[in-house]
Amino acid sequence: MRVTTTVNGTEQHVDDVWPGESLLYMLRERMGLPGSKNACEQGECGSCTVYLDGEPVCACLVAAGQAIGREVTTVEGLAAGGALHPVQEAFVECGAVQCGFCTPGLVVAAHDLLERVPRPSDLEIREALAGNLCRCTGYEKILDAVRLAADRQVRA
Amino acid sequence: MDFLQPTSWQDALALRGERPDALPLAGGTDVMVDINFDRRRPGALLDLGRVPELREWGQDDGRIRLGAGVPYAGIIGNLGAQLPGLAMASRTVGSPQIRIRGTVGGNLGSASPAGDAHPPLLAAGAVVEVASAARGTREIPVAEFYTGVKRNALEPDELIAAVLIPAASGPQQFSKVGTRNAMVIAVSAFACALHPDRREIGTGIGSAAPTPRRAPEAETFLAGELDDAGLWDSRNALPEPLAAAFGERVAAAASPIDDVRGSAAYRLHSLSVMARRAITWAWNDLREAA
Amino acid sequence: MSAEAGTRTTRITATPGGVGDTPLRPDGTLKVTGEFAYASDLWHDEMVWGATLRSPHPHARIAGIDITEALTLPGVFAVLTAADVPGENAFGLEHADQPVLASEFVRYEGEPVAIVAADHPETARRAAQRIRVDYEVLPAVTDPRRAMDADAPAVHRPGNLVRHLTLRRGNPDPKAPVVVSLDFEVGMQDQAFLGPESGLAVPGDDGGVDLYVATQWLHVDQRQICLALGLPPEKVRLTLAGVGGAFGGREDLSVHVHACLLALRTGKPVKMSYGREESFFGHVHRHPATMTYEFGAERDGTLVYAKANLLFDGGAYASSTAAVVGNGGTLGLGPYRFPSVAVDAYGVFTNNPPCGAMRGFGCVQAAFAHEALMDELADAVGVDRVEIRQRNGMREGDVNITGQVIDSAAPVAELLQIVRDLPMPPPLDPSDIRALPGAVGNTTHGEGVVRGVGYAIAYKNVGFSEGFDDYSTARVRLELTGGEPVATVHTAAAEVGQGLITVEQQICRTELGVERVVVHPKTTGVGSGGSTSASRQTYVTGGAVKAACESVRAVVLERAAALLGRSAGELRLDGEKLLGASGEVLLGLGDVLGTEAVEETVEWRHRPTHAIDPETGQGNAHVQFAFSAHRAVVDVDVELGLVKVVALDSAQDVGKAINPDAVVGQIHGGSAQGMGLALMEEMVVTDGHVRNPSFTDYLIPTILDMPPMQVQVLEYADPHAPYGVRGVGEPPTISSGPAVAAAVRAATGKALHRVPIRPEHITGT
Repeated sequence: MRVTTTVNGTEQHVDDVWPGESLLYMLRERMGLPGSKNACEQGECGSCTVYLDGEPVCACLVAAGQAIGREVTTVEGLAAGGALHPVQEAFVECGAVQCGFCTPGLVVAAHDLLERVPRPSDLEIREALAGNLCRCTGYEKILDAVRLAADRQVRA
Repeated sequence: MDFLQPTSWQDALALRGERPDALPLAGGTDVMVDINFDRRRPGALLDLGRVPELREWGQDDGRIRLGAGVPYAGIIGNLGAQLPGLAMASRTVGSPQIRIRGTVGGNLGSASPAGDAHPPLLAAGAVVEVASAARGTREIPVAEFYTGVKRNALEPDELIAAVLIPAASGPQQFSKVGTRNAMVIAVSAFACALHPDRREIGTGIGSAAPTPRRAPEAETFLAGELDDAGLWDSRNALPEPLAAAFGERVAAAASPIDDVRGSAAYRLHSLSVMARRAITWAWNDLREAA
Repeated sequence: MSAEAGTRTTRITATPGGVGDTPLRPDGTLKVTGEFAYASDLWHDEMVWGATLRSPHPHARIAGIDITEALTLPGVFAVLTAADVPGENAFGLEHADQPVLASEFVRYEGEPVAIVAADHPETARRAAQRIRVDYEVLPAVTDPRRAMDADAPAVHRPGNLVRHLTLRRGNPDPKAPVVVSLDFEVGMQDQAFLGPESGLAVPGDDGGVDLYVATQWLHVDQRQICLALGLPPEKVRLTLAGVGGAFGGREDLSVHVHACLLALRTGKPVKMSYGREESFFGHVHRHPATMTYEFGAERDGTLVYAKANLLFDGGAYASSTAAVVGNGGTLGLGPYRFPSVAVDAYGVFTNNPPCGAMRGFGCVQAAFAHEALMDELADAVGVDRVEIRQRNGMREGDVNITGQVIDSAAPVAELLQIVRDLPMPPPLDPSDIRALPGAVGNTTHGEGVVRGVGYAIAYKNVGFSEGFDDYSTARVRLELTGGEPVATVHTAAAEVGQGLITVEQQICRTELGVERVVVHPKTTGVGSGGSTSASRQTYVTGGAVKAACESVRAVVLERAAALLGRSAGELRLDGEKLLGASGEVLLGLGDVLGTEAVEETVEWRHRPTHAIDPETGQGNAHVQFAFSAHRAVVDVDVELGLVKVVALDSAQDVGKAINPDAVVGQIHGGSAQGMGLALMEEMVVTDGHVRNPSFTDYLIPTILDMPPMQVQVLEYADPHAPYGVRGVGEPPTISSGPAVAAAVRAATGKALHRVPIRPEHITGT
């Protein structure tokens, strides 16, 4: 089937999509956007988190056809004009990235949190990011990164 | 595999009738896992995401009519006051990303005994509104909706339209045990609702029987004891032995199994503890409200 | 803390971005923008997809395989079975005992039987489903305690014993006034790296193949692939693709040979990428262990003897089992002084999933037992639990249980004191359920919650042991690029997320004084870097990079000496300048380099280790020991058995922190994995069948499960190691779990001699 959807601001057409395909597969394998990661394919790890019409969702659990006519923003679409978004910058600076496989999903989830709650408490950060598994960092530096990004965004 | 995408409720029902091999797809949080893991290959996916009627909710004669496609995040954000038990349960569903997509309709469609929405729906005495193109709409009390492990009372040509849930007339509580502090399938779950207007108690048990179920004996026992002790009027503290006896009766209503998530014995034990605590919190809320 | 420990810290001249600094990791920006290419992200023109058919049985004889139906499916390019393996149908890290594709027998559920290449993953899956395998199911041995019984089914000939390590020291018949003992069981943990196994094989014009794959050791993969393909190394070229975590789970082969076979057969690039469920069947796991320990002590708690019996379930193939037994046997009594010791450690074959390397192997399992027993000994003699460890703890110069002298720092007492003295977390605040056991599950508002505190100390060997030729190779090139000196460092040592590439850059900056350091992609185009495991890469590949830089520097100085007519000994290289004896600038580095690059390749080894005596287990088996301590504070809902870890604080001696931020990151992450094993992580295997191969039921800690951590790092240089470094990655995984388990025991008053501790273990239901 044919899927037309807007990804990172650009309308895209994809043909020959198998109806059982996920939005994640379509992004990664058909649109050249492998930034969203395929770690569990069951909505348990958050590595494939993307915005669908402005809401953070697991792209592995959205059928490709469900994205027809919708707006998708992936991690590749967060850095505006080549400059890192403050959340991305903070992840790099704080050492919140090790293997980095969880990072794209965490960046999108943290981005969403700070859009909604500019100054989250630690418990709010933890509840908001509980759907994003990380196996390398023990989450300490991820918390640091979210706090730093929040600080910078509030000041800016 | 076909991808069917109706844009109205009527079209959805028509397609459901024409394609018995189609699998309804809402938030995708159950269905897509089965597709991704190669557990199901239906003849078609029937995407209900573009049926606007399903995403609506509103008042309906003292009940909240919750469209089957309203996501958990919407319940948490908008219906916490009217449906406190369901909102508490919704908060425990998966992760924020899952709560944005997952729906009560999907939970009912999957009819997993571990679905988080079931216990509060049971405790509140909800009714499931289903429909088919051929026969129109019918209402099924939620307790009769679950017919077996991952089986429900839907006919092959029916879809779930909405859930009708009485707005809370008293405090409600929901508790869920999992072996992790977030994002976990229930090992056991319990919901209770106080109905002080009619001096009744509602209960719901999850993950501890082939289907979600009520604990009717516990309900009548406690309501009767509260009556006998004049507590509905006095609003005095709930005696600890009474709460404990209630908990034991809740556990007695369950018939759990051992599985990879927990033992049957633990499920029974945890239910009795959760029920004792939750009824005490609910009662305390009632006293505070008085 | 590192400042206070400064008397013994290696002093290194500060170079911006050099050793001891914390430059940003060079791949960080790519990783936050989604541009970093992991193995599963690879794509190639004309690429097709591979899929694997796996055994549903833990043990069966294959009576026949019929691939006809699979081949007829449109879009299928190849279906291969054991008969299509051109070389030896065998691979394995230590013993080549595992078939590439099962031929006569399958020995575990999930063993690869056939592979398919097709135009879409779904086509490949459907084709795999159409392969007809005729299995004759055989009796399976799935209880490791039964594996060595005479009547147990043999997983391999001649029998089910992989290794038995015997260790005897001191009095063979020791007596002590106080004797404590316990049985302890550790469940099967999974590495659960987030990036599933993946690789892309591209057939070459020369009849060879280029494989881009996520792995921990390119050269050991290459050796095994060559054997299976029947090709020489120059025709099997490996490049490290982006690795989404490893933790030991990528030491053994997964997609490697399969993707190459399909590529060579189809003439097309073949990508293989496991989903999460397949990943659980596609790599080895941490060995489950059953252990019996007995400690004898004086009435004041001074240890007199230890007896221990450790049994590791190796599953169906050998993998790293022998090394796991080696570690469990030689290190499994913990960092304590024991005059007399008798240890027997066994690894056995069963028809369970194969077990092999995972962070801290052998020691992780044993530490649960020795730390639980130390607590019981402390209680038996009425000595404080920290104090008894401090009194019996190893010190530099002590002899360990294999008779090896601990010849650098062994700050057991100090590490414990540090974690004990760290500030305690605030008391329970029941106002926000997210901070309580059960969190938003709303299971308690404070009822039933009891706080517990637990301590643990552990140690681990760094690097490969028991006489293994453990080396790494580094090639460093220094040249002018765009008028500026640039160093390029090329090693085959795998970056798996830990930050080795940053360390390689830092060492080049410090040794060569240049700012710009390029890390060459990791390939088999340079000699082996050894395994990214055993906490060894900073030590061994770091040592190789340092040595290669020294060689480059020597050549530069020789060249400069020739240009200046002086002797090289009078010159030194500093900040891209050549200085004379009194620090005067004589030449710019660019003047020396001109158009001719300097390139040196060095193979570097740490001090040799030695095999242990087969009768007594005595010998200098290990090159270095690393120590870490944890204090865990938990709130336990003792009625429901739910646990919230509220603090997990750690102190570790790292010798020298090449990159202090990365060191702390390793301690955080390693601690989380240890905590996971203590409380929730277990692959549940029943009769050889894995019951929870998914992230729904194999639970790893979320951000709501991990507490804030305080970490203190000591830097007591090891005089035998480059810069004094000591391996970092594994120790935190070893001591954190036992500390958490101890804290839960303290809160509940229960013995809890099995991990993960499940709620029903606490409630007794």
